[in-house]
Amino acid sequence: MPKDSGIGASSKRREDVRFLTGNGKYTDDINVAGQSYAHFVRSDVAHGRINSIDVSAAEAAPGVLKVFTAADFAEVGGVPCGWCVTDRHGNPMQEPKHPVLAEGKVRHVGDPYAVVVAESLSAARDAAELIEADIEELEAVIDMKAAVADGATKVHDDLTSNLCYDWGFVEENREAVDEAIKGAHHVTTLELTNNRLVANPMEPRVAVGEYDPWKDEHTLYTTSQNPHVIRLLMGAFVLGIPEHKLRVIAPDVGGGFGTKIFHYAEEAFCTFAAKALKRPVKWTSSRSEAFISDAHGRDHVTKIELAMDEEGKFLALRTDTYANMGAYLSTFAPSVPTWLHGTLMAGNYITPLIYVNVKAVFTNTVPVDAYRGAGRPEATFQLERVVDKAAREMGIDPVELRRRNFIDKSQFPYATPVAVEYDTGDYHATMDKLLEISDRDGFEARKAESAARGKLRGFGVAHYIEACGIAPSNLVGQLGARAGLYESATVRVNATGSISVMTGSHSHGQGHETSFAQVVADMLGIDEAQVDIVHGDTARTPMGMGTYGSRSIAVGGSAMVRATEKIIAKAKKVASHLMEASESDVEFANGQFTVAGTDKSVAWGDVCLAAYVPHNYPLEDIEPGLEETAFYDPANFTYPSGGYACEVEVDPETGQVEVLAFSAADDFGNVINPMIVEGQVHGGVAQGIGQALLENCVYDENGQLLTGSYMDYAMPRAYDVPMFTVDHSCQTPCTHNPLGVKGCGEAGAIGSPPAIVNAVIDALSGHGVEHIDMPLSPQRVWAAMHGKG
Amino acid sequence: MYAFDLVKPGTVAEAASALAGGEAQALGGGQTLIPTLKQRLADPGTLVSLSHIDEMKYVRESGGTVEIGGGTTHAMVAKAVADIYPGLADLAGRIGDPSVRNRGTIGGSLANNDPSACYPAGALGSGATIITDKREIAADDYFQGMFTTALDEGEIVTGVRFPIPEKAHYSKMPQPASRFPLVAVYVAKFADGVRVAVTGASEDGVFRWTEAEEALGANFSTDALGGLSASEDGMIADIHGTAAYRAHLIGVMTKRAVAEMS
Amino acid sequence: MTKVSMTVNGKAVSGEAEGRTLLVEFLREGQGLTGTHVGCDTSQCGACTVHVNGEAVKSCTMFAADAEGAEVTTIEGMANADGSLGTIQQAFQDYHGLQCGFCTPGMVMIAADLLKNNPNPTEHEIRDYLEGNICRCTGYHNIVKAIQAAAGQSVPAVAAE
Repeated sequence: MPKDSGIGASSKRREDVRFLTGNGKYTDDINVAGQSYAHFVRSDVAHGRINSIDVSAAEAAPGVLKVFTAADFAEVGGVPCGWCVTDRHGNPMQEPKHPVLAEGKVRHVGDPYAVVVAESLSAARDAAELIEADIEELEAVIDMKAAVADGATKVHDDLTSNLCYDWGFVEENREAVDEAIKGAHHVTTLELTNNRLVANPMEPRVAVGEYDPWKDEHTLYTTSQNPHVIRLLMGAFVLGIPEHKLRVIAPDVGGGFGTKIFHYAEEAFCTFAAKALKRPVKWTSSRSEAFISDAHGRDHVTKIELAMDEEGKFLALRTDTYANMGAYLSTFAPSVPTWLHGTLMAGNYITPLIYVNVKAVFTNTVPVDAYRGAGRPEATFQLERVVDKAAREMGIDPVELRRRNFIDKSQFPYATPVAVEYDTGDYHATMDKLLEISDRDGFEARKAESAARGKLRGFGVAHYIEACGIAPSNLVGQLGARAGLYESATVRVNATGSISVMTGSHSHGQGHETSFAQVVADMLGIDEAQVDIVHGDTARTPMGMGTYGSRSIAVGGSAMVRATEKIIAKAKKVASHLMEASESDVEFANGQFTVAGTDKSVAWGDVCLAAYVPHNYPLEDIEPGLEETAFYDPANFTYPSGGYACEVEVDPETGQVEVLAFSAADDFGNVINPMIVEGQVHGGVAQGIGQALLENCVYDENGQLLTGSYMDYAMPRAYDVPMFTVDHSCQTPCTHNPLGVKGCGEAGAIGSPPAIVNAVIDALSGHGVEHIDMPLSPQRVWAAMHGKG
Repeated sequence: MYAFDLVKPGTVAEAASALAGGEAQALGGGQTLIPTLKQRLADPGTLVSLSHIDEMKYVRESGGTVEIGGGTTHAMVAKAVADIYPGLADLAGRIGDPSVRNRGTIGGSLANNDPSACYPAGALGSGATIITDKREIAADDYFQGMFTTALDEGEIVTGVRFPIPEKAHYSKMPQPASRFPLVAVYVAKFADGVRVAVTGASEDGVFRWTEAEEALGANFSTDALGGLSASEDGMIADIHGTAAYRAHLIGVMTKRAVAEMS
Repeated sequence: MTKVSMTVNGKAVSGEAEGRTLLVEFLREGQGLTGTHVGCDTSQCGACTVHVNGEAVKSCTMFAADAEGAEVTTIEGMANADGSLGTIQQAFQDYHGLQCGFCTPGMVMIAADLLKNNPNPTEHEIRDYLEGNICRCTGYHNIVKAIQAAAGQSVPAVAAE
């Protein structure tokens, strides 16, 4: 029986009403009295030496307040990187400066070298054309392997090369893995590309900076997934503004998918310029600008080798990856191909020996950082593709090969050879459920029906593991994180019993205002409508690390549970006083405090009132008021897992792939709001379909972006995706957080690309096609089928 | 966008005089021009909006032809000619998306002659006549290469007259991102022959595939296309399709159009 | 600058506009109707969809001056007279047809246009009609269901246990 409220209920989202009536308040909807408008002047060459920039004509143009260049930022820091990876030899990565505005050189198309601030956006754009920039074009470094070849042009002249780091994991396994692969019965090898993507939340980025000289206070409104992280990075490392003088507000945010985690130069610029000009400064990205300034995602080139015995048991796995960093290190960029990728290479399988090598490379392209899944899609894709290829080569059914190597549920907790310990899971159960909901048994008949229409039908599966609920601070600190990754919550009970929960998590589509309220209301036995969730404002919420890595309910939710537990503990003390009972005899359920074995009771609201009107109150024992804060730092990552199946039809004449069906059987542990969870899976899978079939960020050899708008970057549309069949009934609750939850935001984007590609390769099995790099566009599929690839 | 004056004539004559100076540019539905202006790729000084000229919004059928006013939107065409000329109505109803079809006009599309636009294929494939404020131009003379037409500066497409074929069909393979045609083929069968017009494929814009026309003229069936293949020479090559792929699609789309009509 | 007048959500409004002022700028900046969003600059995403004289258009690809005298409806005009959610809006909430909410105004406007022209669309027709409206969050699944439900079709509840 579905619940109608609290944990496990598909409560309708309260935030929807304002969004559906046009009353959301997104950053671009905020206009501050007296605001001016910033227009960034961006490089149109990928690599160039700035010989001179003459802004005099632009500064004299009508409506212009000032034109800024790097010289104006001489006294402030660069945009920092939040993670330092240590390479195979124990040395820290190479870390170039990332100035707010380009200094000396421009390093990618879109690299800003000047900003015009004017009374109107039109005036700023008009004046920008009067800037005379003498930028001498240099050879662009685009291809990753060429970038690290001897004698390659350097993106950063002060670094020794374009190699950011050469990372080995687990380095001690390197020789043993090589030996195991040499001696194995069979080795399946696959070379593949994980295509470069642009996150494309529908709301482009916006920043509005404001400065109050009389209080010396800065306010930044920004499209961020984590306002406190922006406050810390920008305040401490770029502009030198102490936190108590800097307020960062991320109001309604129109999607993030990772690309709104990072601290961007535009945010620092607007904050800085508002003080310099004593005027609010607003910047709104156009979509075209987003393509050349939002951090991109993925962009790995990998060779993977899987060694097996005669039975198909996995013996060893070796991968060799080039990961694109772009021209500068974005906030979390170094962690993505390493700790969010190498640690997941065991997948759902028992593979005794694993070695992962990653070479991170600077190129003259937009910085690359986390995009939905961040490292885990790259790991899952290569692993689930090589397993599928291995199954074909070994003549073993791909589902059966996976099952032979699954970690069994009896083996949890399971320590992998790549440094993580999975707490729970039941991979056979999710695979069973997957085969049921995808009707694999009926596939052959459907295939025959397609064949009768001249179409090639294929069925593909993938099984994924991910590590989310990011992250245990002490662990990530050892791995190079320069910040803790706890989360916070303050539960403020008001005098009449209603509640405001201030969370460091941030909702930009995930529905926290609803699901977080469900948790607190459930714990207190009160109506969900009595609980409000406050987020997105550093002045109103405790220091928190924000929303990414499927962490909000697992980490942020756990903080909220801990704070609510403190509330309940204190309220029980108050109740025991009111009922003149021993505290240990007080029970609390359904919003009522009772004394065991008596008819004494006191309602939630009465206790709350007593706490704030403490006339009859144990003031000698406890303080008045009812407000508690908790910071929660997880003991481990959480490990959602699941099986995904895709059924496609290929048009052999055009190469067009149609996704006919997509099924997902996920294990997210306990689920707070099934409706929201399913919506997250739908969205993630659609992005996975986008990656697998449509989306590709392409640079030419000169570093010009060929896919700089929706005219050339193919976004999934409604008719590109089918109705999804999703199931989350396989639940092995997380053992180390109080809600038993695992997180669901990224799973869809992690598990789906290999399932889709496996399905297409299955459809083409009669055509000798072993692999096609994503996206499997009609042209690529047709070319592969006709040997023109 | 650069600043410009927007003028809104109510008649063709007023529009023609507003465009006469040479500085001004005509604005049809704006679905292509406005995005171009946003990128500051054009600086027209004056834009002459044609959306308020009622005499350019019409659909008239007479004696085996249908004439469509240059200011008629794709959505209006899709509805108005559904019974008269269903092949063309179907083409119009699949241009862009519903919102674009409510603004974009046939005159604007033909004046722009984007190499990946749909209407040029419909007009050339039908053997239409382009009617301007000055003259009438046969489609075979009108399309002169990518973004190039026989129009003089300031000349306005006020209407298009289509001979109505026995049947016609438009087969479109969309480019995955823009959803414009990667390659699309319009096949029209008349009592006296077949016309096959291809858009999206060639560096010279829309063109007639005469080999296919001849083959289909002799035997209107997919079999007749069996031995034909379009040449790769002059085909557009970009990230969405090589020249070889586009040439291949011309054959496939033609065959599919014929199959739909058979 | 010229004065442009039109009716927006049933109210006569007027404001100054340059030739290059887009309808969406007139609505957002001139009228404070910020429910209509801008998600791209190539006329692809549809976040800016409004109705002009009863037809869906992309307000980022139409000049304000060309809407002189028009009847314009925006998302702010889609609720019932008593302020409650209209049928389509309610279906979007009931079927979880939105997440971040940014594309949502455009989705509601195009859905209304669809149902006006085709009151009982098939799933295929709905997906086709959404060609010019991009959503990055929902995977469209629940948007399609919401539109089906708004059309009065029987649609299974979300997240059946």
